[in-house]
Amino acid sequence: MPIQYYIYLCLALFSIGVIGVLTRRNAIVVFMCIELMLNAVNLLLVAFSKMFHGYALVQNATSTTGIDAQIFVFFIMVVAAAEVSVGLAIIVMMYRNTHSVDINFLNRLKN
Amino acid sequence: MNAIIVSAFFGVVMMFASWSIKGENKQKNIALIGLFLLFLANLAQLNGWYVVDVDTKNMLSFSRFGLYTNTLFYCLTFIYIWINGEEISKIGNHAADFYALFFFMLCGASILTSFDNLLMLFIGIEILSIPLYILTGSDKKSLFSNEAAIKYFLMGSFSTGILLLGITFIYGATGSFNLIPPDPSILNEQFMFSAGLILIFAAMNFKVSAAPFHFWTPDVYDGAPTVFTSFMATIAKSAGFIAFINIYLVQYKPFEKTWGIILPLVIVSTLMVGNVTAVFQRSVKRMLTYSSIAQAGFMLFALYGTSNFANEGILLYIVVYSLASIGIFAVLVKMKENSFEAFHGLAKSHPLLAFLTTVFLCSLAGIPITGGFFAKYYMINAVLVAGAGIWLVVVAMIFASISVYYYFKLIQAMYFIPGTPAIGELDKTYTYKLAVIAILIVVLGVFPNLLFNYLYF
Repeated sequence: MPIQYYIYLCLALFSIGVIGVLTRRNAIVVFMCIELMLNAVNLLLVAFSKMFHGYALVQNATSTTGIDAQIFVFFIMVVAAAEVSVGLAIIVMMYRNTHSVDINFLNRLKN
Repeated sequence: MNAIIVSAFFGVVMMFASWSIKGENKQKNIALIGLFLLFLANLAQLNGWYVVDVDTKNMLSFSRFGLYTNTLFYCLTFIYIWINGEEISKIGNHAADFYALFFFMLCGASILTSFDNLLMLFIGIEILSIPLYILTGSDKKSLFSNEAAIKYFLMGSFSTGILLLGITFIYGATGSFNLIPPDPSILNEQFMFSAGLILIFAAMNFKVSAAPFHFWTPDVYDGAPTVFTSFMATIAKSAGFIAFINIYLVQYKPFEKTWGIILPLVIVSTLMVGNVTAVFQRSVKRMLTYSSIAQAGFMLFALYGTSNFANEGILLYIVVYSLASIGIFAVLVKMKENSFEAFHGLAKSHPLLAFLTTVFLCSLAGIPITGGFFAKYYMINAVLVAGAGIWLVVVAMIFASISVYYYFKLIQAMYFIPGTPAIGELDKTYTYKLAVIAILIVVLGVFPNLLFNYLYF
C-alpha cells in the first residue's frame, strides 16, 4: 500500500484530535483528544519506519533501518503515560474543588 | 553526561529525603548541597573528567557552550533555592518533593543543552514540562492554582503533540532522527521537511511563550504560586531557549528560508503583545508575566546569531534576566497582595528593599550600569552583525522604551505615592540575600566579560 494512504489517515486522525481540543469543553474529553493526536503520530512513525525498512531491504536483506522510529513510539507511549498520571491527578484535584470538569468554569484568572 | 546522571540521582535522593529527614531547613540544605555537587560534577566534565562515561551513539554531544550553560543553570537554581527555601516549604506539606522536581527539571535542562537527536529533544522537553505542571498545581486548595495547572497541562500536551508531528515529518523526509542536516538538494520530500521545521518551530515558540502561542502564559504564571512562577519564568524558560537555539541556529541554519521568514514576525508580535499589554495591567504579578513575554522577544534575537554576540548575548541575557526576575518575584512573594497599591510607600518603611527592587526593575528595563543594558546591547548587536535589517532594531528599541514606562510605574508607586505597604513579615537576612543578587546584577552590568571568559578557556 502506498505511504500516502497512511499519511492521509494519520493527518485525519490528528486533525480530529485538534478539532476536539479546540471545541470540546469537558476536560477529560479534551485530554482524550490529545491522546488521539499522540496516537496519530505513533501510527505515522510506524508507517514511515516500515517504508524506510522496505527501501533498505532491497539493498541489504539484513538491514535494521527504520528501527529507531519504532523505538521512538515506545518513548512516546511512556511519556504519554507519565502525562496521564499527572494530568488525571490535576483533573481530580480540580473536581474536588469545583465538582465539575467543565473547562468553561476556568475563567477566574481573566480579571 | 555527568550532569544528567547526577541530577537524576539527586532527584531520587530528595524523594527519599522527603520521608526520612524531618525538618524543612534540613531538606533545603540537602538540596543546596546536592546542587553544589551537581555543579562540581558538571565542572569536572568541563575539564574532561567523567564520572560515568556512556556511549550515547551520537544522541548527545557535549559542547563547551552547553556545559557552561548547565553551570549557569545550576548557579541560578542555587540562588533561587537559597532565597526562596522558606517560601517553598510553606506550600503543601512536603517541601522535599518540590526540590526533587527541581532536580528532575535540571536533568531535562541538561539534556536540552546537549541533545543531538530529535528523540532527546522530545525527552528533554517532556522532562522539563511535566514537573512544571505539578509545580503549577501545587497549591491544591487554591482555585487559581487549579485553573492554571489544568490550562497549562492541556495546552502543554497539545503543543507536545504538534512537536511530535513535526519530528515525524522530519523523519519521514530524511529517514533519520539525527540532527545532522541533510543536503537540501537531495531531499525528495522537501515539502514535508519544511512542514516539519515549521511545526517544531511553533511548538518551541509555545514552550518559550513567544507571541502567537503565548496565550497560556499570563493565566499560568498568574495562577501558579509566586515562588514557582519565579522558577518557571526564569530557568525553565531559559532552558527552552537554549534548546531552540541548539536546534535552529546550530543544526537547521541551512534551511533558514523556511523558518527565517516567520522569525521576524514572531519577534515583533512578541514584543508588541508583551509590552503593550503589560502597560494596562493592574496586578504587579500579571505585569511581570507580560514583561516576561516581552523579554522572550528580545531573547529570540539570539536566533539571528552568526557571531559570538549571539552566543555570549543569550548567556548574559539568561543570567541577568533570571537574576532580576528571581529578585523581583522574591519581593512579590512577601507582599500580601499583588496589586500596585500594595507597593505604595514601600520606600518609607523599607528603604533598602525598595532600592533593591528598583535595581531589579532597572535591569529588566535595560538601564545602564545594571546588567540588563549589556544584555540588550549584545542581542541587538547580534542582529546588526547578522545583517537582518535595521527596522527590527528600531522596533525593538521602541518597545524597550515602552517597557520603561510600566517598570517605572512600580518604582513611582514605591517612592512617590504615600501609603502603608501591604508587606508581610520580613527578616533582615532576606533583604541581604536580595542585596547579593542586586550586587551580582550591577557587577555583570559593569564587567559583562566576567561571564564569557569561562566560555573559551
